Amino acid sequence: MFNKSTHDIAASFSRRGVLAATAGLMLGLASLTGAKAADDTIKVGVLHSLSGTMAISETTLKDTILFLIDEQNKKGGVLGKKLEAVVVDPASNWPLFAEKARELITKNKVSVVFGCWTSVSRKSVLPVFKELNSILFYPVQYEGEESERNVFYTGAAPNQQAIPAVDYLMKDEKVKRWVLAGTDYVYPRTTNKILEAYLKSKGVAQEDIMINYTPFGHSDWQTIVADIKKFGSAGKKTAVVSTINGDANVPFYKELGNQGIKAKDIPVVAFSVGEEELAGIDTKPLVGHLAAWNYFQSIKSPENEKFIKAWQAYTKNPKRVTNDPMEAHVIGFDMWVKAVEKVKSTDPDKVIDALPGIEAKNLTGGTSKMLPNHHITKPVFIGEIKGNGQFDVVWKTPSLVPGDAWSKELDGSKDLIGDWVGKKCGNFNTKTNKCLGSGS
Amino acid sequence: MPAHLSARLCSLALSLFLIAFALPAFAGPFEDAVAKFANDDFSDTEEAIGVIAGSGSKLAFPIINALQNGRLMADPDSKKVYVTDADGKSIDAATGEAVASVPDSATAVRLNNRLRRSVDAALGSLTLQSPDVGTRLQAAQSVFKSHEETALEAVDAALAKEANKSVKAALGEARAAILLFKSDATEVEKLEAVATLKARGDQDALALLTGMGDQPASVTKAAASAIGSIQNSLAVWSMVQNAWYGLSLGSVLLLAAIGLAITFGVMGVINMAHGEMVMIGAYTTFVVQEVIRTRYPGLFDYSLLIAVPLAFLVAGAIGVLIERSIIRFLYGRPLETLLATWGLSLVLQQAVRTMFGPTNREVGNPSWMSGAFELGQITITYNRLWILLFTLAVFAILLAMLRYTALGLEMRAVTQNRRMAASMGIATSRVDALTFGLGSGIAGIAGVALSQIDNVSPNLGQSYIIDSFMVVVFGGVGNLWGTLVGAFTLGIANKFLEPVAGAVLGKIAILVLIILFIQKRPRGLFALKGRAVEA
Repeated sequence: MFNKSTHDIAASFSRRGVLAATAGLMLGLASLTGAKAADDTIKVGVLHSLSGTMAISETTLKDTILFLIDEQNKKGGVLGKKLEAVVVDPASNWPLFAEKARELITKNKVSVVFGCWTSVSRKSVLPVFKELNSILFYPVQYEGEESERNVFYTGAAPNQQAIPAVDYLMKDEKVKRWVLAGTDYVYPRTTNKILEAYLKSKGVAQEDIMINYTPFGHSDWQTIVADIKKFGSAGKKTAVVSTINGDANVPFYKELGNQGIKAKDIPVVAFSVGEEELAGIDTKPLVGHLAAWNYFQSIKSPENEKFIKAWQAYTKNPKRVTNDPMEAHVIGFDMWVKAVEKVKSTDPDKVIDALPGIEAKNLTGGTSKMLPNHHITKPVFIGEIKGNGQFDVVWKTPSLVPGDAWSKELDGSKDLIGDWVGKKCGNFNTKTNKCLGSGS
Repeated sequence: MPAHLSARLCSLALSLFLIAFALPAFAGPFEDAVAKFANDDFSDTEEAIGVIAGSGSKLAFPIINALQNGRLMADPDSKKVYVTDADGKSIDAATGEAVASVPDSATAVRLNNRLRRSVDAALGSLTLQSPDVGTRLQAAQSVFKSHEETALEAVDAALAKEANKSVKAALGEARAAILLFKSDATEVEKLEAVATLKARGDQDALALLTGMGDQPASVTKAAASAIGSIQNSLAVWSMVQNAWYGLSLGSVLLLAAIGLAITFGVMGVINMAHGEMVMIGAYTTFVVQEVIRTRYPGLFDYSLLIAVPLAFLVAGAIGVLIERSIIRFLYGRPLETLLATWGLSLVLQQAVRTMFGPTNREVGNPSWMSGAFELGQITITYNRLWILLFTLAVFAILLAMLRYTALGLEMRAVTQNRRMAASMGIATSRVDALTFGLGSGIAGIAGVALSQIDNVSPNLGQSYIIDSFMVVVFGGVGNLWGTLVGAFTLGIANKFLEPVAGAVLGKIAILVLIILFIQKRPRGLFALKGRAVEA
């Protein structure tokens, strides 16, 4: 809903005013009470599920933040103070995410929160971060269509993952026919909407696109794999673009392997399959299938080698893998530290204003920059699955790609930009020169 | 191709080469092409494959074969390329001379999907006359897939010499595929090609016929009728395929539900921790495979056979423990049982998560459970087939146990009339514990089988608990045959709905149908009559 009447806008503005006033009041109270408690340390909130369905992915991110804090403290902390992690477990329960976020900010007085994985958990905590005016670093690739003042998106927007992957398949593998397969929730649906529009703009006909959704945790892939095989036998090179969610991937790939669909016949490019997911399967039948990420463990750079070494030493596991969202946390954490040191304060307003423009080295040898729309610049890599569960990079973008908060492919959002520096607005319409304000 | 064979071919080719050209290195297009492998550039590699495959050199096969197997090493510094074999012997790819060792800076030449296709095509035309039947067949199929004009000569030559019937047929199909796409082939040749592909009648043939582009009118017409007839036969096969998928899904549902048919169906305990017993069985398989991998790698193919009794014992023991410590205090209080077992399921999940970590654990498929075979135009995967057979075996054993053993008799007696059974001298509380243990143990066995097709993660059980209850309730509580019929009905209905409605809607439709059915027949397909129902 992007077309709001002026009345609505006025209403939402005044509502925002009240909100801001309350938030200010609470902040004042918070700083009064918090002053004596947390003088010696700076608290960092970690909001990742450690139990329930999402624990499989999020536990590693909790460990990553603890590791980064540990490293930073070895260097003397920030502003002469030690960092202290406050870890909570929202248990893969979306309303609980909001509750735990509130607890972190009001009770534990954290200066910043690193957390969330699914989009629905992020949407659940958004009002809390706005109301209490705190900072969230969100490290996972997501569907875009959002730019909030209190959130910094260090994962990929669709134009930093999905679109380059499709470009690669079109140019290098000469793919003419597309299966867009995904789990049935907001990220795959929005991404596929963007991809469908993009493919059509490139002249792909409707009958050459097959869209397929499956429930969470789908385990019986026989019919769908057979359908893909059938769709692929129309005499045109076919590829599968997969937004299938982590857990359902293992049976999906097993079925592909068992039914003998090889990457050289019908390649699958996935946006949610990384080193961590592959750790649970025998990858030999999958060699050649693709994944698009902004980071791979196998990328050779001095930064990456150093990071992997330190991480494996920290976790005391020489086989522990690294993955893309971990790198996003590494970049986000570094940016936050730099911003805090720049303004010599952990005050959220000051840090939020300081963050755009901050640069941090990413692990693949480049330098990522925080943009005014609170997204970052990232390189895009296409990796092929190898027999040992790692990826071999077969293609990368020539330079870093800036993240688009609003997709250029969708009618509803192509005129919108997020700009928290000049326009102080997350959804500024460049055609009408108006800010749509909150609530969209 | 087996490694020892390719190694032998390598050395054979090498010695032939050395006899034929006992000359020092000479520069030419072949050597230039070989040096291109060292550039680590996909386009250069592709060019090199083309030149080498067409060079006629005796080294072409060993080089390209090594490339496919990741044994072609290139040194970016010296631009030298080496063919290595499994025994650690290596030769210089440009000259064929044996070298003592490959420098450390050399790395395997990388491939991507496009290159893998060119390698397949090149190897195909190079091995069309291999002495091994399997290799020849594979070669003919590779040529069929790539159908490049350049291979036509090699196919014709091989066809003239070929004696084996199936290889001959495959070569004929490969020839047809090439001719169909060859611009200067005669109309007669093309019509013959269409007929050959029509006889093949599978999806690959369909793909070639639909993608052949501009053709003379008569060929287009013949192709259209061939496409029609192939599509018709494939449509019939797709019904068969759906039925098979339905049976397979039904067997998974049955396997997951069969333990619950005991604990919930026979004992009446609403056991929400049933899924976790399945999960424990899967983790037992993981532990067994870990031990085998580290200590006795030769036993890997037997890992599942070892895991089945172990999973039964582990899950069964935990089941007895749960019954003795929690459930026996809650008989007759279904709501409290439900809450207690649900809480227990969370405890078990978190315990496993703490012990084994939150991420998926790798449980491998033994060789006899990997891959698939073609039956007519459908693909039947071995793991699904074995699970179906395994499920039926478990079901038969359980049925026999309840009917023919003393314990089975006691179980039936206790569930039908507890007081009467007690007064006949049956230790009812012991029977309760054993029955619950049996149900849990069977859930554990199910876990062994499910570890082959699903994630082994702490959440494994959650995804089966709803389906299991659905099957038991739909089939009729307390009736094992009802569970069997219920599982296969739901499986088949689901798989016939899925292609029409999609996976998400299909599942919803099944749920709605079950709700309607339960409204009409609250006791499921096969209702038990008598005291047990009232109790």
